[in-house]
Amino acid sequence: MLDDKKLKIYAGRRRRNALALCLSLAAMGIGVFWLMWILWDVVRLGAGGLSLAVFTEMTPPPMSANGGLANAIMGSASMVLLAILAAAPVGILVGVYLCEYGRRGSFPVIVRFLNDILLSAPSIVIGLFIYALLVKPFKGFSGWAGAAALALIVIPIVVRTTENMLQLVPDSLREAAYALGAPKWKVVLMVSLRAARAGVLTGGLLALARISGETAPLLLTALSNLFWNSNMSEPMASLPVTIFRFAMSPFPSWQRLAWAGIFLLMIAVLLLNVLARTFMRHKS
Amino acid sequence: MRNGRLSTMKNIFVRQSVALQEKVKITVGNLNFYYDNFHALKDISLTIPERRVTAFIGPSGCGKSTLLRAFNRMYALYPNQRAEGRIVMDGEDLLSSKIDPSLLRAKIGMVFQKPTPFPMSVYDNIAFGIRLFEKPSRVDMDERVENALRRAALWDEVKDKLYKSGSSLSGGQQQRLCIARAVAVQPEVLLMDEPCSALDPISTAKIEELIHSLKQNYTVVIVTHNMQQAARCSDYTAYMYLGELIEVGATERIFVQPARRETEDYITGRFG
Repeated sequence: MLDDKKLKIYAGRRRRNALALCLSLAAMGIGVFWLMWILWDVVRLGAGGLSLAVFTEMTPPPMSANGGLANAIMGSASMVLLAILAAAPVGILVGVYLCEYGRRGSFPVIVRFLNDILLSAPSIVIGLFIYALLVKPFKGFSGWAGAAALALIVIPIVVRTTENMLQLVPDSLREAAYALGAPKWKVVLMVSLRAARAGVLTGGLLALARISGETAPLLLTALSNLFWNSNMSEPMASLPVTIFRFAMSPFPSWQRLAWAGIFLLMIAVLLLNVLARTFMRHKS
Repeated sequence: MRNGRLSTMKNIFVRQSVALQEKVKITVGNLNFYYDNFHALKDISLTIPERRVTAFIGPSGCGKSTLLRAFNRMYALYPNQRAEGRIVMDGEDLLSSKIDPSLLRAKIGMVFQKPTPFPMSVYDNIAFGIRLFEKPSRVDMDERVENALRRAALWDEVKDKLYKSGSSLSGGQQQRLCIARAVAVQPEVLLMDEPCSALDPISTAKIEELIHSLKQNYTVVIVTHNMQQAARCSDYTAYMYLGELIEVGATERIFVQPARRETEDYITGRFG
């Protein structure tokens, strides 16, 4: 049996453990409290405004009772998809370079550093950059410019996740492929990337979720559009920018649509996150 | 060391007797190996007889895995590792830059300590290696895969789950899958780096049995921590210590009548 001295030390340790547990629970409570409040408000004010018209009708003029968000949804979807399709392959290739080819020398270190800077760059800076690069010279806001700004946000996220996921693939697996006489590109493509595919896909989905809600870069590049527009060379509506404009307006009908838009966006991001988690779980 | 000169002469005699009785597959000559500045293998010379099992034994860090990884130039994947000397197989120096490492590795297969199934089906795990250098028809491929799995004593256990993921198999099955994958490309030499150290006794017994049957067609070199394993399944044994080859000879003689005191101390468990 333990003597008194040891039991005392043990009791003290238990007290400290209980205290630490209380503190961390309280910290979690503070975070969850605000999150729940936000979610509750979004559901309370947004779910009610949801109707078929939201998906089928255009954004209305002010003071009009009906109208929807069809053009904004369509604009968001096309710019976000275009951005992810253009940027994800670039990001994956850079990630492959960093993990599989860039193991020596200082160049990969520089690339990784620059990528980290891009990753943490405020999105409005990226918006301004594309404004100067694509909007000003071509004398007009456009869907192309919006997609380009979103793509620049996607690239560093995908680079980072791809590299991290590839680093989790044990070298013994690569060695096993080399030991059969496989050339490097085959080892990378058929073994490393394959082993990391769930993680890479998750990175893509999380990037998709991130850009679905970006407002600042679109405000400076795609602007917005009150009408249906499938021409990428014209200004294009998007959910976040429409929400921004409608929420700031004094018109109750616009404000109602803004809440509906927020609700839609939140559901979309939630679904993407659930999807990403399912993929990760599937892997293990 | 009871008598340095005598044991050295005995050693030379033993080494020659290996060479005289058996057909030599690989000759290692004055091999030195470095990890950056660390001198990991010191002037190793030995011969590996064809269609026999040669075991490398010795305490951790003695360089036995390093020596094994020199045969298929696995070390060349890492910029801080280098080998000097010669490893001659069928008249060619394997360390020469004229030899393409991929072609070399197709001739000298390797099985690792931990099972390393690729992230694909059981069938594709084996077809992967075959497809690297050949393009068999679907029927031929099926046959090759089946043969490889039979040879690795795995066919009966996996014939109904060929299209399931390789990592869904048990540890012992995964290791046999890796052996099947290695023999499927029909190498001449099979290197095994502690192939049983992560396995339970039953799987170990299966793999030892397998090693025994593999030597009919392949030259097998196995690194093992387990002296009973070396005694059970090898024909020749090399004892290494601190990067040096202390003694090499017929397994029975090494275990019954070692020529060097260090070898005796190690195999009797007084050290190591």
